[in-house]
Amino acid sequence: MTTAAIVEPLDSGLAPATDRESTRLLRRLLRRPVTVVCMVWLAVVVIVAIVAPILMPHVASQNAGNIFKVLQGPSRQHLLGTDSVGRDVLDRLLVGTRVTMLGVVESVFVTLVIGVPAGLAAGYLGGRTDRAIGWLTDLTLSLPGIALVLVVLSIFPSSMLAGMVTLGVILSPFTTRVVRSATLPIREELYIAAAQVSGLSRFYIITRHVLSRILGVVIVLAAIYAATSLVTQTGLAYLGLIVPLPAPSWGGMVGDGISALTNQPWLIWPPGVAMTLTVVAFGLLGDAVRDVTAERWSGARVQRPGRRRAAPMAGAGPSPVAPAPASDALLCVQNLTVRFPSRGSVRVIDDVSFEIAAGETVGLVGESGCGKTVTAMSLLRLLPGDGEIVAGRITFDGRDLASLPEEQLRRVRGREIGLISQEPMVSLTPAFRVGWQLALSVRVHHGVSRRAAQATAIELLRSVHLPDPGLVARLYPHELSGGMAQRVAIARALAGEPKLLIADEPTTALDVTVQAEILELLRELQRDRGMAILLVTHDWGVVADLCDRAVVMYAGQVVEQAELNPLFRRPLHPYTRALLMSDLHNAPDLDHLPSIPGSVPKPGAWPHGCHFHPRCGYATAACRDQPIPLEHPTAGRDTRCIHADQLSVLR
Amino acid sequence: MTDSGALLDVRDLTVEYSRGRGRPPLRAVDGVSFSLTARETLGLVGESGSGKTTIGRAILGLAPVTAGEIRFAGEEITAASRQRRRALSTELQVVFQDPYSSLNPTRTIGQTLSEVMRAHGRPAREDVQERVHAMLEHVGLPSDATDRYPAHFSGGQRQRVAIARALMNQPRLVICDEPTSALDLSVQAQVLNLLRGLQHEFELGYLFISHDLAVVRHLSHRIVVLYRGRIMEHGDAAAVYANPAHPYTVALLDAAPVPDPEIQQQRRGVRVRKAVTGPPVDDANGCSFAPRCPHVIDRCRTSRPALEAMPEGTLVACHRWRELHTNGANSRPPQPLSTTT
Amino acid sequence: MSALTHSGMWRPAGRMVGHPVVRVVLRRAVLAVPLLFVVSALSFVLSSLAPTNVIDLRLPSGTAAQRAQLARQLGFDQPIYDRYWHWLVHALGGNLGTSYVTGQRVTTEIGQRFPVTLSLVIPTMLVMFVIGVGAGVASAVRGGAVGRAIDTLSLVGFALPGFWVGAVLVSLFAVRLHLFPAIGYVSLAQSPTDWARSMVLPVAALSLLPIAVMARQMREAMMDVLASEHVRMARANGIPPRLIVGRLALKSASMRAVTVGGLQVVGLLTGTLFVEQVFTLPGLGSGLTAAASTGDVPVLQGIVVFFTLIIVVINLAVDLTYTLLDPRMRTS
Repeated sequence: MTTAAIVEPLDSGLAPATDRESTRLLRRLLRRPVTVVCMVWLAVVVIVAIVAPILMPHVASQNAGNIFKVLQGPSRQHLLGTDSVGRDVLDRLLVGTRVTMLGVVESVFVTLVIGVPAGLAAGYLGGRTDRAIGWLTDLTLSLPGIALVLVVLSIFPSSMLAGMVTLGVILSPFTTRVVRSATLPIREELYIAAAQVSGLSRFYIITRHVLSRILGVVIVLAAIYAATSLVTQTGLAYLGLIVPLPAPSWGGMVGDGISALTNQPWLIWPPGVAMTLTVVAFGLLGDAVRDVTAERWSGARVQRPGRRRAAPMAGAGPSPVAPAPASDALLCVQNLTVRFPSRGSVRVIDDVSFEIAAGETVGLVGESGCGKTVTAMSLLRLLPGDGEIVAGRITFDGRDLASLPEEQLRRVRGREIGLISQEPMVSLTPAFRVGWQLALSVRVHHGVSRRAAQATAIELLRSVHLPDPGLVARLYPHELSGGMAQRVAIARALAGEPKLLIADEPTTALDVTVQAEILELLRELQRDRGMAILLVTHDWGVVADLCDRAVVMYAGQVVEQAELNPLFRRPLHPYTRALLMSDLHNAPDLDHLPSIPGSVPKPGAWPHGCHFHPRCGYATAACRDQPIPLEHPTAGRDTRCIHADQLSVLR
Repeated sequence: MTDSGALLDVRDLTVEYSRGRGRPPLRAVDGVSFSLTARETLGLVGESGSGKTTIGRAILGLAPVTAGEIRFAGEEITAASRQRRRALSTELQVVFQDPYSSLNPTRTIGQTLSEVMRAHGRPAREDVQERVHAMLEHVGLPSDATDRYPAHFSGGQRQRVAIARALMNQPRLVICDEPTSALDLSVQAQVLNLLRGLQHEFELGYLFISHDLAVVRHLSHRIVVLYRGRIMEHGDAAAVYANPAHPYTVALLDAAPVPDPEIQQQRRGVRVRKAVTGPPVDDANGCSFAPRCPHVIDRCRTSRPALEAMPEGTLVACHRWRELHTNGANSRPPQPLSTTT
Repeated sequence: MSALTHSGMWRPAGRMVGHPVVRVVLRRAVLAVPLLFVVSALSFVLSSLAPTNVIDLRLPSGTAAQRAQLARQLGFDQPIYDRYWHWLVHALGGNLGTSYVTGQRVTTEIGQRFPVTLSLVIPTMLVMFVIGVGAGVASAVRGGAVGRAIDTLSLVGFALPGFWVGAVLVSLFAVRLHLFPAIGYVSLAQSPTDWARSMVLPVAALSLLPIAVMARQMREAMMDVLASEHVRMARANGIPPRLIVGRLALKSASMRAVTVGGLQVVGLLTGTLFVEQVFTLPGLGSGLTAAASTGDVPVLQGIVVFFTLIIVVINLAVDLTYTLLDPRMRTS
C-alpha cells in the first residue's frame, strides 16, 4: 500500500525563497534608505581611517604648525580652521580617525569574543555551567568598570590597547546576558530536541542551529557596543589617558577645543560632529538590523512604531454605514468584510452574514485560517494591528457596531457584549490580584463603591463555582490553574451582565475533563441569565454539546448555516460533509480515515469562484467561474453550494 | 506483559523533578511499566500532568530518570552515554507535536533532512540526495521541497517533513508525541493515515502519545491510561475504549464530546457529577485519583492500588474494579454510529 | 498538598510578603562581602603595579637613605599580599591610608568629594526618571508624530557624548550668555542658589544619555504591554484607556523602568568622570582621574572600593524594588 496518499502541490504565495539567509537579510537592509546612508557613512569613516595616515604621515608627529595662524576659524586654506598651536584641524581630524576607530574595534572584538561563547554555553548547557558563568557575570557587572579601566591605564600609561581591552572585558557580561537570554528560548524549540535525538553533536547544534538564529542579536549588540566604545574612547582620549601627544584623536581634539573654549569656540565642533554622526550611524544600523530580523519571521514589513497610522489605543475607526436589517435578532451581521492593509490589503473575511437571537447559542465553526476569530473580534472592533472593517453592518440591539464611534463602542464592550479568549492564563494582568481586576470591571460597568464592587466580585467568583471565592480573589493570575483561570475570565466577562458572550475557543487550551466542566458552566450561566453565546471553535464535539445553531466558515466565507440536528444529519455543503466525515470520533474503527485532499488557501490566494472547489469532489465548471452567493434552500438553513441537492444524508 | 523479545521494555520508570529547598520533589512519572514489540503501536493517554510526555522524553534521553529501567532491543539505555545515544538515534526516533517549532526556520527542508543522515558516518552525497527524495515521496511531498524553507509549508505539510526526518535513518521505534494535536481536523486524518501506512511499509513500532483517546484508539493496538504519573489502566485498545475498567478512563471518555447532538444530550444526562470535596490525600500512600473519583472509599485514600489483571487481560489499578465492572457502573452510554460513506 | 491541588484546580498560595524582603537584603549583603574583597584585592594588586613617583614627589632632593626610609614606610619592600593585608585591616577599621600627592587621609578626601558627586548624580537620577519615563510612556500611548519625535531625540541623546555636550553648553550658556557659571562648584551649605546654578549645566550634560535610554526603553516596554493579551482583554471588557494605561500598563512596565534605571545609575558613575572634568567639579570622578594620572595609589584604591560599595547599594535597591513590584517574586 503506498503511503503517499496525495502528492501535495505547494502553494507558493511568496517568491521562491531559495537564497541564503544572509543575502536576504542584506537585501532587506538595503531597501531602507536611512540604513544605506548609515552604511555609506561608516564605509567612508573606515576608508579614511585606513588611508589618511598613509597619505599624511607627518600629521601624527606634528608638534606645532604655523604659529602665526593659531586658533583660526574655517578659511580657504584651512577648511576647518587651526588649533591652539596652528595645526590644520581637518588634517588632524582625518588622521585621528584611525586611532579612534581602532579603539572601537578592539573593544567590540574583546567583548564579543568573551561574551558570545559564554552566553551560548550558559544558555545551552545550563545547570552548573550556567550557574558558574552567571556568578562570574554578576561579579563583573558589580565592578566599577570605568574605575578599573583607569587603574589598568595607570599600569600601562597611554596604552589604548590596554584601556580598550579592559573596556571590552567590562562590557562582556552584558553580552553574556543578552546572548544567554536569546539562547534560552531557542534551546526550548523542538527542533533542537529533534536535532539531539537525530544524533547531532552538541557543537554542531550550537554552531549551526543556535548561533545562526542569534546572529541578528549579536549584530545589534555589536552596533550598540561600537557606539558605546566610541563615546568612551573619545572620553578617555579627552582625559588624555590613552593617546600620547602629539598624535591626533577625536577625543583629544575635543580636549584641545575645551581649553580654547573662550577664544575659539568653533574648535569643539568638527570632532564633535564627526563623533555624533558616527555614533548615530551605528545606532541606526543596529535598529535596522533588529527590525529586519524581526521581519523575517512575520513576513510582513515591520512598521516602525512611529509610522503606524492610528495610535495604539484608538483601534480601527468606524466604517461606512449600511442599511438596517429587517429581523429583530439580538445580533445581526450582514456582509461583513475585513481587511488588513499592512498585509497587502487582502480581505481576510468576505461577505460574512449570520444572526444570533436572544438567549441562543450559535457556534462559529471552522479550521484555522477560515477567519472565525477575525469575525468574532471584529464584532467589538478589537482587530489586531491595523485590521479594518471595509464593508458590512453589525446590528446589535438596534445600533450598528461597525460605524459606532469609539466612545460609545467602549460602553458596549463588557457591558452588553462580553468576551472570553482561548488562553485564560494570559488574559489576566499578572501584576494585580484576581479579585482586584474583577472589582475594577464591576466598578467600570456599574459605578459602585470599592467595597460594593469587592463584594460583587466575590459573588461573581462564587457563581462560577470556584471553591472559597474569598481566597481566590486574593490570588495572582500565575497562581491559578488553567481551569480556574478560565472560570475567573468568565466571571469577569459576566461582571457587566452582558446580553451576548463571545467565547473564542474557550476550552481549546484546557484538559478534556476541565473542558466538560467549563462547557457545563457556560450552559448553566446561559440558562440562568438568558444570555446569548457566540462560540468560536474548531471542535465539532463542543458544537454538538453546547450550541443550538452552527455557522460553518471556510477561507473567509460562511459556507453553511443551520440548526444542529439538521446540520449533522444532512450537511448542505461538501466541506461540512467532508469535515464531519473525517472526524475521528465518528469512525474510530476505520482503517483508513476519509480526509480532504490539499490544504486551506490563505487570504490573498483564494480561488476564484467557490473557495472550496479545488478540493471538492462535486465541483463543476460553474463552481469555478463566478463567486457563489449564500442561498437559503429552506427556512433557517443557508448554504454556499450550488450542488447542495446532490449531497446525500450523512446519518 | 514484559516480553524478552520486546523492542522497548520500560520497568518501574520514575522521574522526579526537584522543586527547590524545603519542598518535596515533583513526581512526574511514578512506577510506570510497559513494553512494545515491532510493528505494534502502544498508545499513552493522559491529560496535562499525566507524565506521558515525560515518559517519551525519558526514553529519548531528554529527561533525567530517577529510578527504573528502560531497555531497547534488550539493551539497557536508562543512563546511556552521549555517544551511545547518538548511535541509538538511528534506531529510536521522534515526531513532535508542534510543527512550527520542530523545524529550524533558517534551514531548508533539504538541509534539515540531510543533516540527520550525515550525522552518522560519511555517506556519499548522491546517497544522501537519493534518500532525501525517496523520503519526501514516501510522505507525499514533491521533490522541489528540498530547496524551500519551512515558512512556505502549512502545518500538515511540516508535520510530514518531521515524519520524513524521523525516518531518514530507518529507525525501528518512533515516539510520536502528540503529532496531530496542533493540526486541523481534516489534516489530522491525512497525517494519521500516513503514519499508519508508514508503519506497515517500514515495520515500525510506535509509542503514540496523546491526550485524545479517540485518536489513540484509532492508531493503537494497546493503550496505557495515565493519571498524574501513574498507570490507571493498561490493555487492548478496543477493549479499553469500549469497556473501560478504571473510573478515570470512564471520566476521560465521558468528558470528550462527540460530534452528534442527540448522543451528546444523552451523555450529558448520564454523566456522573464529581464534587470537588474531600480531605487531602497523601500522594505516596493513596490512589492519586481519589479526590475526584465518584466511587471513592476510605481504602482508596490510604493504600495505593496495584495493577491487577482482569479476566479480559486488561490491567487496572483500582481497589474496586471487580464490583464496578460487574455492576456495570462503568458501562457507557450508546456510542455514535459509524457513518455511511 | 491540599485536596484542591489534587482536583487539578488549585495551586499553593503565596507566602507572607515580609519574608522575601529580608531574604533579598540578606542575599545581597552576603554576596557583597566576597565582592568587595575580590574587587579591593584586584584593584590593589593592579594599582600596585603602576609606576609611581611618590618618592620623587615627597623627597625631590632627598638622600638615598632618606628615600630608602620613605620606601620602607610606604611598605614598598614588603611582598604584595602583606601590603594588601595591611591595607585590608586598616580599611576595616576605617582607615584607607593617605594620599601620595596631598598627604591627606583618603577617607577625608572621599568625604569631601562625595557630596559633590552626589549633587550631580541625584538630580540627574530624578530628571532621568521624570522626563525619561514620562517621554517614553507618552510616546508609546500617543504614537504618530510625537512617537517619532521622541524616537529621534532618543537617538540623538544616545549619540551625543556627555563631555562634548558639556563643552557645548558651557560655550553657549556660560561663555556667550553668561547665564550659568562655566566651572567650579559651590556647596549647598554655602549658597543654595549658587549651588543650583552651578549644577544646571553639568546635570544637563550628564542626564542626556540616561534620559534617552530610559525614554527608549520605556517606550518599548509600554508598547509591548499595550500589545499584550491581557491589555487586549481589558479593552474587550470595556476598561477605559486611562485606566488601562495608568494602572494596568504602567504597573506591568514598571519593572523595566527599574531595571533600566538601575543600570543607568551605575552608568552615571562613569559619566561623572568626564562631566566633572569638563566643569571642573571636585567630585569623586575627577578625583579618580587625577589619582590615575598621578599614580596616587591609595586614593585610587579608596575611590574604587567606594564606587563598588555604591554599586552594591544600587543593586540592593533595585532588588528590593523588584520584590515590591513583581508578585511572582514574592511567592516563588
